[in-house]
Amino acid sequence: MRDPIDIIVIGTGPAGMAASQVAAKQGAKTLVLDEQSSPGGQIFRAIEANENPKRDELGESYYKGSQLTRTFRNSNIHYLPDTSVWQLSKDRELSYSRNGAAQTVTAKQVIIATGAQERPMPVSGWTLPGVMTIGAAQILLKTSNTGIKDAIFVGSGPLFYLAVHQYMAAGIPVKAAIDLTPKINYLRAIPHLPGAWSGLSHLIEGWRWKREIVKSEIPLISGVKNIRITGEDAATGIEYLKNEKWTRLDGQHILLHQGIVPNINISLAAGCDGHWNEKQACWAIEVDSWFQSSIPGIFVAGDGASIRGGTAAELCGRIAALGALAQIGKITDKERNRLAKPYRHKLSTELKIRPFLDTLFKPADNFRIPKQDDIVVCRCEEITVAQIREAVKSGCVGPNQLKSFSRCGMGPCQGRFCGLTVTELIADILNKPVNDVGYYRLRPPIKPLLLQELANLNSDAEK
Amino acid sequence: MFSTANDRVVDTIVIGGGIHGCSTALHLAKHGMSVIVIEKDYAGRHASGVNAGGIRRLGRHFSEIPLAAVSSQMWHEIEDLVDDDCGFVPSCQIKVAETKEQLEQLKTRAEQVRDLGFHHEQIIDIETLRERLPGISPHCLGGMIVEGDGSANPFRTVRAFRKKCIELGVQFREGLKVRNIRKNGNIWSIQTCNTLFEAPNLVNCAGAWGGKISAMLDEPVPIEARAPMLMITSRMPHFISPVVGLQGRTLSFKQFDNGTVMIGGGHEGRANPETNETQLDYEGLATSARTATAIFPIIQKARIVRSWAGIEGMMPDKIPVISLSRNEGVYHAFGFSAHGFQLGPVGGKIMSDLVLEGKSELPITPFSIERFPANGNSAFSRIT
Amino acid sequence: MFISLNDDQVEMVTVFFEDRELSVRKGLPIAAALLEAGVAHFRNAPVTGAARAPFCMMGICFDCVLIIDGMPNQQSCMVEVRDGMRLARQSGLADVMSGSDKEQLSI
Repeated sequence: MRDPIDIIVIGTGPAGMAASQVAAKQGAKTLVLDEQSSPGGQIFRAIEANENPKRDELGESYYKGSQLTRTFRNSNIHYLPDTSVWQLSKDRELSYSRNGAAQTVTAKQVIIATGAQERPMPVSGWTLPGVMTIGAAQILLKTSNTGIKDAIFVGSGPLFYLAVHQYMAAGIPVKAAIDLTPKINYLRAIPHLPGAWSGLSHLIEGWRWKREIVKSEIPLISGVKNIRITGEDAATGIEYLKNEKWTRLDGQHILLHQGIVPNINISLAAGCDGHWNEKQACWAIEVDSWFQSSIPGIFVAGDGASIRGGTAAELCGRIAALGALAQIGKITDKERNRLAKPYRHKLSTELKIRPFLDTLFKPADNFRIPKQDDIVVCRCEEITVAQIREAVKSGCVGPNQLKSFSRCGMGPCQGRFCGLTVTELIADILNKPVNDVGYYRLRPPIKPLLLQELANLNSDAEK
Repeated sequence: MFSTANDRVVDTIVIGGGIHGCSTALHLAKHGMSVIVIEKDYAGRHASGVNAGGIRRLGRHFSEIPLAAVSSQMWHEIEDLVDDDCGFVPSCQIKVAETKEQLEQLKTRAEQVRDLGFHHEQIIDIETLRERLPGISPHCLGGMIVEGDGSANPFRTVRAFRKKCIELGVQFREGLKVRNIRKNGNIWSIQTCNTLFEAPNLVNCAGAWGGKISAMLDEPVPIEARAPMLMITSRMPHFISPVVGLQGRTLSFKQFDNGTVMIGGGHEGRANPETNETQLDYEGLATSARTATAIFPIIQKARIVRSWAGIEGMMPDKIPVISLSRNEGVYHAFGFSAHGFQLGPVGGKIMSDLVLEGKSELPITPFSIERFPANGNSAFSRIT
Repeated sequence: MFISLNDDQVEMVTVFFEDRELSVRKGLPIAAALLEAGVAHFRNAPVTGAARAPFCMMGICFDCVLIIDGMPNQQSCMVEVRDGMRLARQSGLADVMSGSDKEQLSI
């Protein structure tokens, strides 16, 4: 096998791009692997394609990624887009597939910057054609300039307002926006407001989106306690429960969103320790002050470790890269500390808003822990709430046993759209702490791998 | 036997909640014994619950053939034993020969098995092979078949045994590690992290950890924790019923009812029995993938969705310990060396016979723990 | 309804979905191109056979998988359209073998 590469960065969102350029600047041989065909991650997705001409509807926050992406492109790195990493070991041996060929490489340091995914939203009818995530609608808008006419936006969180606002700005008709932020969250969040002062610009921006939606002709429906999507072979509409009364809205496109959660599959499969973050109701990867995980030489920066937002992710990426550089002697510890200082300062300012946002946008329990028997939890293997209850009744005490009991979580998405629900649901049924119930033991390949790709592993190692 | 069993004092303590522990407990309970099963994780967590599920007489070590034959009968009536079919599909197992030489080896082997008085291993020619395994690569020449072998669902099997045990009054104490073992008079005291259990009989069914338990009893064995790797594809249309192995290289290949295909066969990752961790070796998995696609070219486009390794106890001579201990009231059944699942039903019966009658009708001498030297200065009194 | 927001003239390519000829914008991910072309049903789930269509568009849900030029289980949100591409709906279990493979097996 070839000599180990100094630093491998996985992902080219803000954390990955920032980490790569810091690493390269200090003379580390840096390999950057990303699943997408161009840099930007999900937040700055397709940013290069949208540079000229700029598209006003995507908003200022999107174009904050322009400079970062340009610097990334001009850095002395080896960047492989369209590359799927499917295995990372404790010894930092990593396997990836690209153009149908699989390779194994080893790194002295690995920085995982795999960002976030949307939180699963297991509601009645969420598997029907016509139902997508709001993130999916945003990706269509950014990468394809595709709009969805007369969609009903349903959910909570900053992205919910941002997406509706982008649609307004693009002039795409929106049928309705159903805001699922629990009213009680506003009361709970208020005490965190003074601390959030330094994040005022974020607050003002969010406030502006919401105000403009309210002022528009789009019906904004709030105070909704429950929803169900109707239809047999495709979505035909949504029913929502407000003031103890169900109301129906017809529509063929229902867009769901209730926040984002760390994309933890590769970190957990590598063996990094994780813990349940009760405030964000998701798993987080344990990291030290340099974003190094419990495994020496494996760093997890950005939303992939814990949700901190895009600006913070960039700073985390820079700090993680400095940590990694010092460990392989590219910089001294003293230099590392000096260089990290301004980033740390900005990061602490940036993070002050988190308690407020986390509290305000924590999704209501019933949208995370579905009660209704026929709701599908595992989209791949089509496992329902009733089947999970049945398994728990017959002695299943955690997600790993549930796999053996029911095949829940064993389909191609490898638990990405059911794992959180399964954990919280089992904890709820057994009345146990979520940490005790645990998560799926993740098994490589973390992305389904063609048997012929595996068979040809490293067969063209020269390339 | 005690008349007053409670939640820590019973007739027999079984260490290990794998298929052999559960089966032993089941057979003992059927004879009215009170039993506690102590399991450090949960029943079926390791090799018994995550193995390839092969129910195979084909190609067994000669000394195991009589046991496997009885166990095979028990598998065919498994529902009578545990009220569940355990997902057992009695199709057949086929070992494929890729060269003339390998076919000759299989023929010689079948004759040797016939000489022992067993007729389950039959040779098939190239036409029968292609008929039984559509899609097999044209270079394969024939093979050996055992009708009535097949596969079962490992985790479901262990759960079914456990469930039946509980119905018969067996107590399961899961999540408890054995700390030490002492003897007071005729009673064995098993100390776990928080509870002391006592019984006159102690059965060691601790699988890959069986050597740790036997060492506590001053009967060390050269067992090694190993991690045989398996991988599984996403669902495919049904194209193969038999379980397939190879004579010339290692492969275990089968398709489940749900359409997923499991590929295993020999290649090992690394096991850490202290932490339950296993680490996979991708070069080994790649070799398995190459072998599988060479034998069944049509599965090149199948997608691997998961790979894993179970922790298995390997003996240097590749056969288990099924044995009376040198210590009175102690019995061993462990170290099945990655082929113990099929032997589960008969293994429990043998152990129950040993506990209740001190002997088994089946020829278990080759599996004696006394084939390994004992610890010189045993703290326990040697039985006479 | 999925609509293109590009007002100026854009280059188009031709793809075939279930043998139906579709003219789609060049450069789009297959999933986006098919949605714009009015395709609403991409695959059938393996257990109940329920209809599915793209959900996450970022390569994690596997609801958009198609048979792309004979290769099954491809995530259509991750692959760009190419002129002449042949796309087919993936039906439950029939997800690995192409027509000739099935003939070979006579299943």
